[in-house]
Amino acid sequence: MPATRPERVLILGIGNVLWADEGFGVRCVEEMAETCALPDGVSLLDGGTQGLYLLPFLEEADALIVFDAIDFGYAPGTLKVLRDEDVPAFMGAKKMSLHQTGFQDVIATAQFLGRCPERLTLIGCQPVELEDYGGGLRPAVDAQIAPAIAEAVAELARWGIAVTPGRTAAEDLADQAIRRGAYEQGRPPADTACRIGDARFFPGAEKEPA
Amino acid sequence: MTVLNTPNGFAMDNSGRRIVVDPVTRIEGHMRCEVNVDENNVIRNAVSTGTMWRGLEVILKGRDPRDAWAFTERICGVCTGTHALTSVRAVEDALGISIPDNANSIRNIMQLALQIHDHVVHFYHLHALDWVNPINALRADPKATSELQQMVSPSHPLSSPGYFRDVQNRLKKFVESGQLGLFKNGYWDNPAYLLPPEADLMATTHYLEALDLQKEIVKVHTIFGGKNPHPNWLVGGVPCPINVHSTGAVGAINMERLNLVSSIIDLCQDFNRNVYVPDVIAIGGFYKNWLYGGGLSSKACLAYGDIPENPNDFSAEQLHLPRGAIINGNLNEVHDVDVRDPEQVQEFVDHSWYTYGEPGRGLHPWDGVTEPKFELGPNAKGTKTNIEELDEAAKYSWIKAPRWKGHAMEVGPLARYIVGYAKGHEDIKNQVDGLLRTMNLPVSALFSTLGRTAARALESEYCGRLQKHFFDKLVTNIKNGDENTANIEKWDPSTWPKEAKGVGMTEAPRGALGHWIKIKDGRIENYQCVVPTTWNGSPRDTKGTIGAFEASLMDTKMERPEEPVEILRTLHSFDPCLACSTHVMAPDGHELTRVKVR
Repeated sequence: MPATRPERVLILGIGNVLWADEGFGVRCVEEMAETCALPDGVSLLDGGTQGLYLLPFLEEADALIVFDAIDFGYAPGTLKVLRDEDVPAFMGAKKMSLHQTGFQDVIATAQFLGRCPERLTLIGCQPVELEDYGGGLRPAVDAQIAPAIAEAVAELARWGIAVTPGRTAAEDLADQAIRRGAYEQGRPPADTACRIGDARFFPGAEKEPA
Repeated sequence: MTVLNTPNGFAMDNSGRRIVVDPVTRIEGHMRCEVNVDENNVIRNAVSTGTMWRGLEVILKGRDPRDAWAFTERICGVCTGTHALTSVRAVEDALGISIPDNANSIRNIMQLALQIHDHVVHFYHLHALDWVNPINALRADPKATSELQQMVSPSHPLSSPGYFRDVQNRLKKFVESGQLGLFKNGYWDNPAYLLPPEADLMATTHYLEALDLQKEIVKVHTIFGGKNPHPNWLVGGVPCPINVHSTGAVGAINMERLNLVSSIIDLCQDFNRNVYVPDVIAIGGFYKNWLYGGGLSSKACLAYGDIPENPNDFSAEQLHLPRGAIINGNLNEVHDVDVRDPEQVQEFVDHSWYTYGEPGRGLHPWDGVTEPKFELGPNAKGTKTNIEELDEAAKYSWIKAPRWKGHAMEVGPLARYIVGYAKGHEDIKNQVDGLLRTMNLPVSALFSTLGRTAARALESEYCGRLQKHFFDKLVTNIKNGDENTANIEKWDPSTWPKEAKGVGMTEAPRGALGHWIKIKDGRIENYQCVVPTTWNGSPRDTKGTIGAFEASLMDTKMERPEEPVEILRTLHSFDPCLACSTHVMAPDGHELTRVKVR
């Protein structure tokens, strides 16, 4: 790891807020904006499910922290931190669609270009529920937002960047209409919204809606 | 059953070996395709399936219509802006809101930027790998590559032998590192790849150039949408104020930002003319005998049209991207399209995992119902959670079957270009005739996978010119003193009628997109999206008519059924968009596509 303090740090939340715990990463950066005073040079970004659109942001960062829901096969709600080469950089040629250029492809592409951030830290949470379209975070995943942010703050400290409690003005977060509060409070009741997934591709999804 | 003759002219024979291509990963797998091949490995039956439930319609119920764009922007990881634009148009239509001139120009510039971005990225970062073999590029002679480049595109400045040698070395280093990263999982020794190594190196090099370009294009969204990757939209106009006399980074659109947009538009035009279109012609030249994949394109094409010259006027003659429908293969007659007419656009669910309560029924999207009913047909093999083979005689897809006056239609760049060509649209006709002349191909060659790929390149070039047109229009209007970007007269719900309904249409990069909305007491009562891939990927309907994906695979000869390059090539040419997008990472990087031959 480079010894110097990184000048430009990007803190990125990725995932689709419409698929329950898939929204973990995006909700983490929202919460971080509300609870942490970040110094200049550290920026927050809601990356959604964007693929190559995120490449320019990576290229402009010396260090990157990513929040995301990750399928490690662990117990739901488990938090896990990966660093540098342990962060997967995977991309295959047999994709069906541009919609399959995921974040791993962005990392792979940045590496191919020789413009990947020097430091890469992934703070991931094992989801409880993904197959609830229109749903919000489950309690076990919600409970990991604060610890995940604490991990990020500790990582920044290791990089020589001090963070104090407070707030950070961030332009690049989700529109107010789909921020967590508005999104979860405005959802229709479970009996009108079909929130079950596709049983064929989500084994075990044949269960009662939450 | 052996042979089934469909009303739209295909003979489906499912007696041969069944091949299942299924990106089953729970990361992002949304589509599955099954085909039957005969003893010569020619596809004689095709079954296309959307594998994920999508219920955006349901979760918008009861929300504020002015917020719908922010939700629809999240449906998809690629067409964010197009969904948002379609949504604000639907609400404006319902409430009778007019947008100002500048808002129309800015929306068009943003939509065209998205169109160009998508087309370029689709070709170089996804579809090229169906034609181009980057591993073979390692064998290229950089000097011969340089000569090829200068022949293919004399005006492209990046063409020296040293330049190609550098790229080749970088590629070599990357491949030798063992990770193969970007190019993992290809069928690189399949005989379906026909390019010489120099063409492979040239195209792989342009892959890198396209990466640099795409970063610039998205700045247009940052400038006008306030941020990227999720730009802001506004019912009634655009959310960016204009103040040409201001300076600095905060807030309004000023001359500095407009100059940046202007330079990006120039970059796009240069790239389209010097790289993208010449590459498609050069690569296409090696595949001129591979004219499979036409499917419905010679029979039935649909375009809603887009890019209105003036605000609030969606009449067909005012749209730069054409509107119209062609049916029964008759290019001499282009029908007008009215998406409000309950008899024109209807969705059927007899072969979809939904129910309308009675069979054979088609519903117009304003009256659309999204009620799931998942059941497998009697001839399906496997279990509900591990399907080995679908039964296409029963319900078999999460995609509904939209029809235009009862016809299955192809949508997308090729459909737009065939509609435009048939209508005598001057720009489109000139481009298409020029391309066919250069490649020495007849008009019928358009009806193919390659035709779809070429239409996308031509459209990218045309969109670049349109972008310039609207940029000039915007600047002229601002210079004349009009800095208005939004009409907020009807922002307050107290000004709205008790009940209203509207429709928004766009041409998304991958085809005709419509959102239909019903508003009651200031809230969304019903919201239905009919997305391009619903048209192209549709399952069969009540009468057995097959959709564009299924039709496009018919009669294709496969070199090696266990390596379905041909299937991927043709399906990619539609740039399918299915139940986008979930994004969970898995540390081991699941295999993206699984193939089974039975």
